[in-house]
Amino acid sequence: MKASFLARIQAAKAAAEPVAILTRLSDGAQLLYPQDEAPAELAEAAKAALAADKAANLTVEGAEWFIQPQNPPLRLIVVGAVHVAQALVPLAVGQGFAVTVVDPRRAFATEERFGAAVTLNGEWPDDAMAELRPDTRTAVVTLTHDPKLDDPALEKALSSPAFYIGALGSRRTHAKRVARLQEAGFGEDAIARIAAPVGLDIGAVTAPEIALSIMAQIVARRRGASLGGS
Amino acid sequence: MSDQEDILATAASWLDQGETVALATVVETWGSSPRPPGSRLAVTASGRLAGSVSGGCIEGAVADVAKQTMETGEPQLLDFGITDERAWEVGLACGGKLKVFVEKLA
Repeated sequence: MKASFLARIQAAKAAAEPVAILTRLSDGAQLLYPQDEAPAELAEAAKAALAADKAANLTVEGAEWFIQPQNPPLRLIVVGAVHVAQALVPLAVGQGFAVTVVDPRRAFATEERFGAAVTLNGEWPDDAMAELRPDTRTAVVTLTHDPKLDDPALEKALSSPAFYIGALGSRRTHAKRVARLQEAGFGEDAIARIAAPVGLDIGAVTAPEIALSIMAQIVARRRGASLGGS
Repeated sequence: MSDQEDILATAASWLDQGETVALATVVETWGSSPRPPGSRLAVTASGRLAGSVSGGCIEGAVADVAKQTMETGEPQLLDFGITDERAWEVGLACGGKLKVFVEKLA
């Protein structure tokens, strides 16, 4: 791989642009999709590899190619800069997620509590969510326990293709939340997307345990594991 | 595919430091290979290692080939598998098979 080619991959990464590295295995020749012109068959396979986020092999005119998608990192949006969030953030960072913590309460969302590895957003959750625009590679977790903060974030998350939506709170709290969301016009299928009570059932009690159960549930959902529900 | 470790960034920073660097990438797997296609190992001529292409079974053999590739500049496609005598040599105990592409960063 040429150093200049590596620099282009890194530039795409810095700009959060999805690209795919196409390598001809016979001689190491490389193309960067979609920036470089590639045979139609190869470009199509690169597009599919990016969509599936999965490497692929393709033989084009007798030559073997390896297709390696480089998607921007998965994102986690945490609403509520609370104690559980403090435990969840380093777990998510360790899993390669780009993490944003949203909390308009200035005393909570501080760098001292979260370190430099996360983006802190002090907007109201609905504004923050409108700005962050969750996509299919985004997980959203609400942790404030305060409907004034959690509900607007959940409403925005439910209107997005986020692959995971979780909300902290007991069954009773969630039942009240469901009633409010129904009132706001969300149907059964939409509301069923919310993992609540949040996290895999590992009997979590402490904040770090709850964070672990949430992270495990996010990974399970992302990988399509059958235990993903709660 | 996104891994928690950005091996390419590590490789780029090594290159900036004046190191000679080779990259090994898993390009195909069969059976119970521990690391999926796209997994990377970066190696320097000075012996630094980052990432992995297996659970640790073949890293040594790949690093040896990487040294050759750093000298010649020629990329190589390596086959590791239970049917390959070399696999016994390096101990791919899991019984999986994989292909690893080794290239010099230049």
